[in-house]
Amino acid sequence: MDFDPQIFLQQLISVDYLHGAYLSIVVAVISLVVATLIGFVIALGTTSNSRAAKGAARLYIWFFRSIPALLFLLIVWNALPQLLPMLRQDWYTPFLAACFALGVAEAAYMAEVIRAALMSVDEGQALAARALGLSPWRVMQKVIIPQAVRIALPPTGNELIGLIKYTSLASVISLRELLTTAQVGVSITFRYAEYYAAAIVYYLVIVSVITLIQSAVEKKFLWTSQVKPKRSAFGFLSLKRGVTS
Amino acid sequence: MSIQSLAAPQMSDWDSSAPLLQVKDLRKTYNDQVVLAGVDFDIHRGQVKAVLGPSGSGKSTMLRLMALLEPADGGEITLKGARIGVKQRGDRFVPRPERELARERIDIGMVFQRFNLFPHLTACENVMLGLTTVRKVHKKDAREQALAILDRVGLSHRAHAYPAELSGGQQQRVAIARALVMNPAVLLFDEPTSALDPELVGEVLDVMEGLARDGMTMIVVTHEVRFARRVADQVTLFDGGVIVEQATPDEFFDNPQHERTREFLRHVH
Repeated sequence: MDFDPQIFLQQLISVDYLHGAYLSIVVAVISLVVATLIGFVIALGTTSNSRAAKGAARLYIWFFRSIPALLFLLIVWNALPQLLPMLRQDWYTPFLAACFALGVAEAAYMAEVIRAALMSVDEGQALAARALGLSPWRVMQKVIIPQAVRIALPPTGNELIGLIKYTSLASVISLRELLTTAQVGVSITFRYAEYYAAAIVYYLVIVSVITLIQSAVEKKFLWTSQVKPKRSAFGFLSLKRGVTS
Repeated sequence: MSIQSLAAPQMSDWDSSAPLLQVKDLRKTYNDQVVLAGVDFDIHRGQVKAVLGPSGSGKSTMLRLMALLEPADGGEITLKGARIGVKQRGDRFVPRPERELARERIDIGMVFQRFNLFPHLTACENVMLGLTTVRKVHKKDAREQALAILDRVGLSHRAHAYPAELSGGQQQRVAIARALVMNPAVLLFDEPTSALDPELVGEVLDVMEGLARDGMTMIVVTHEVRFARRVADQVTLFDGGVIVEQATPDEFFDNPQHERTREFLRHVH
């Protein structure tokens, strides 16, 4: 049995694969949003003066970094509905369970990313904002967060790429994301090489697009009024000149 | 009776011949190290006071406590005759929570040694931030006011530059504009030229001298002895967390009363 390009191409443009890739991306993005929101609260907890908040935040990070994401996914899908009757209804889909489980588990990692980013902002920034009369929340919103985002962007891109691949774990709760799509196809046709190759192409494209978006977003955080330097071998020189003028 | 006339007596409670800002027996300790050991200091409206002293003498700490950026361990701070930083609960005073302190800080402007401009905002946006978020000024009006103030510190042509694109002297002038635009009752300067290259010190001192001429109330912690002599109404020497000497510039520099002052002046001259 050799590699049949036709099967490969057929799968590559099939609705099944497209839908699988779509699910992988959507679950990963929603999980990241959930993880960022929870992670922000946890990060504030770890830097808080309150012992209770600090303890709770550390406990969260310790717990979710310790248990495998796969185990937590199984718990959320299988064990939680046994404990909570409200989850035994139709609205509780594998999609929701995957977003919830991956988001909650990922929050432990995002908390560390966000904590590091918040701590990297110079202390004088909060001091100056407070001296202006900004309330604690405004200091955070207008001064600290915009600067922390710049620091958090590269590691967050990393986490998103990780999450794209983590979504394949959701196959155990019968979510038909990208890798499950490939597996199902293989189990019917036994064309391993062609189906897996199509999956590889999808993952490569998804991660490439994320990387491109990330670098585009990072450029927005350069904080210079200069026109973008020309793409020449000496581009870095013109940027430097602009900064010191 | 209108709201204004009800509020008016409260506003005019303060007799403007009394000190505008005053601290009494101010104390602060960091990890068993006494930084302020009971300081009495005041400033009247329109006055300029220069505060000199070796590093670690407590002069910058006094500014931070006055600006309500850190709580005092003892003593009291009054602005226009009313205690700030604390509120009365029963028969004693307790520190105000941060949210309430934020409101009290609006009247006190602060300029920092290391400028502390917001790097993600342009010069103009730096100046606008206090107006739009604290004073709730509409963005368009805030921009106009910011540009006017930037013009006053000679930087309207750099309004749309980011801090990283400005020289140290320009950054500090933007920082002064940022404090000034809030129309504070008093401006506190914490060694405003200490982080500057020597050739950039002049432009910042010129701006400050202009403010002093315009009648701004200013407390300037500085090492610039010549500025203190030329611009200040009074010069104060701090050492070891207490005030050693306080006098007019002529007396302070030409006829200091304390040996510690003479020793200090020998080192800085």
